[in-house]
Amino acid sequence: MRKLLVANRGEIAVRVIRAARELGIGTVAVYSEADQDALHVKLADERVLIGPPAASRSYLNMDVIVTAAVDLGADAVHPGYGFLSERAEFAEKVAAARLTFVGPSAETIRLMGDKARARSAAEAAGVPTVPGSNGPVDSVAEALAEAEQAGYPVAVKAAAGGGGRGIRVVADAAELTEALPVAMAEAQAAFGSGLVYIERFVPNARHIEVQVFGDGQNFVHLGERECSMQRRRQKVIEEAGAPGLPEDVRTAMTEAAVALAKVSGYSGAGTVEFLYDPARGEFYFIEMNTRIQVEHPVTEMVTGRDLVREQLTVASGAPLSFAQPDVEFRGHAIEVRLNAENPDFGFMPSPGVISSMRLPGGPFVRIDSGFGPGSEISPFYDSLLAKIVIWAEDRPAAVARMARTLDEVEIEGVATTAGFLRRVTDVAEFREGRYHTTFLEDWIAGGAGK
Amino acid sequence: MSEHVVQSPLPGIFYTKPAPEQPPFVEVGSVVAADTVVGLVEVMKQFAEVKAGVNGTVKEIHAENEGIIGPGDPILTVEEV
Repeated sequence: MRKLLVANRGEIAVRVIRAARELGIGTVAVYSEADQDALHVKLADERVLIGPPAASRSYLNMDVIVTAAVDLGADAVHPGYGFLSERAEFAEKVAAARLTFVGPSAETIRLMGDKARARSAAEAAGVPTVPGSNGPVDSVAEALAEAEQAGYPVAVKAAAGGGGRGIRVVADAAELTEALPVAMAEAQAAFGSGLVYIERFVPNARHIEVQVFGDGQNFVHLGERECSMQRRRQKVIEEAGAPGLPEDVRTAMTEAAVALAKVSGYSGAGTVEFLYDPARGEFYFIEMNTRIQVEHPVTEMVTGRDLVREQLTVASGAPLSFAQPDVEFRGHAIEVRLNAENPDFGFMPSPGVISSMRLPGGPFVRIDSGFGPGSEISPFYDSLLAKIVIWAEDRPAAVARMARTLDEVEIEGVATTAGFLRRVTDVAEFREGRYHTTFLEDWIAGGAGK
Repeated sequence: MSEHVVQSPLPGIFYTKPAPEQPPFVEVGSVVAADTVVGLVEVMKQFAEVKAGVNGTVKEIHAENEGIIGPGDPILTVEEV
């Protein structure tokens, strides 16, 4: 790999450019008309304008990006996260242009992007999946049988739903009998398909994921991340590792993730996401993300390994630079996503120009951001302003360090979630590591977020 | 009769329809109520509904589908009843 085109923007484009530069690989930034002065554009060796501000006409325009890579003599493309990173067609187009796609094969991306096929792959690898009907149910009788098998409470889910929409939770057979026809009618009205399926509902579920890495021959994990602090299904705070996770569960979960990487002959960085049921002590496969993730730095902090650098060397054809016994975990890391949103007005997006910006510093503090003073936070892209990542010897020290760093944040020009995040670090449930995926929204709804 | 110009509350991308393959929320001649949704503004991957604000008939549509819009930009004109 001599020259890498980074098909992304913001902090992840900056992150990838930094890793490439440290490896002596030339870099090409792509940018839209809204990003002419962006940091990723300044840091790259070369830059190319790919279209107007709307992502559909720039960062999502596969042909323009591949053509730019060919024209500028790049030999590899890194998709970052979001945008085209999990579009199998993009990986194919990159490969068809005889360029290296930094990520798994189009075939693997397609497999993991298909919910039903991914679930089958997980089952084939012996990875537990959420007990349920594993397909649509046609009648109340069938739903009752499936629910009995899965164990109550169960969720009736619209097959065409998603993102938390089209879900009804029922506590017992009587409720299910009543709810099924309604759920089917609602699904038909909302999604144009009345198909529903049954799945065990896990109260107080935690979202825990495992970082895996493969080179097509060797497969390793780099431990787990706790990502249950969410708002509107977006992660807000992430930790490595998961507080209070029993050691035997951690071992089983990480082994399951590696098994899934192995059956798919995985190459590159990937994340296997699990739902963890703390009451039963069981975990279930949710999905696999076939890309680097926003929260990868917490894993880097506790393992001392540069995941993006590893992505580049593996994509170049080198074997994994480490084996499982080489992966050692030290201390605890926390990341917060500092967003340009106004927590006092329902987290309304707050585009604008950053007039001044002071981000925290000090020992074991890492800032990944695509912005600085004078940067414009554009209305066209997501609201992630910066990731603040800290490391400490243990979790209590990490929580204290995160609170301290958030106290140092001073940003003018756009509203941010810094004050909100700071208040979360004072909440007993967070400090004690006793939270689940709906905790934060309940806390906000209770008025405590202000 | 008076005219009411519906303005964009936010900067972002304006959509005249709920999804690419669906018909527009309103067209010239559509009868609207104050709470009728006339378009969407996408800002930072979140969608905000724009409502007519008055009862009346859509007289003219100014904003283009998937066009860039700023706060205060005219979206459409409603002839009030």
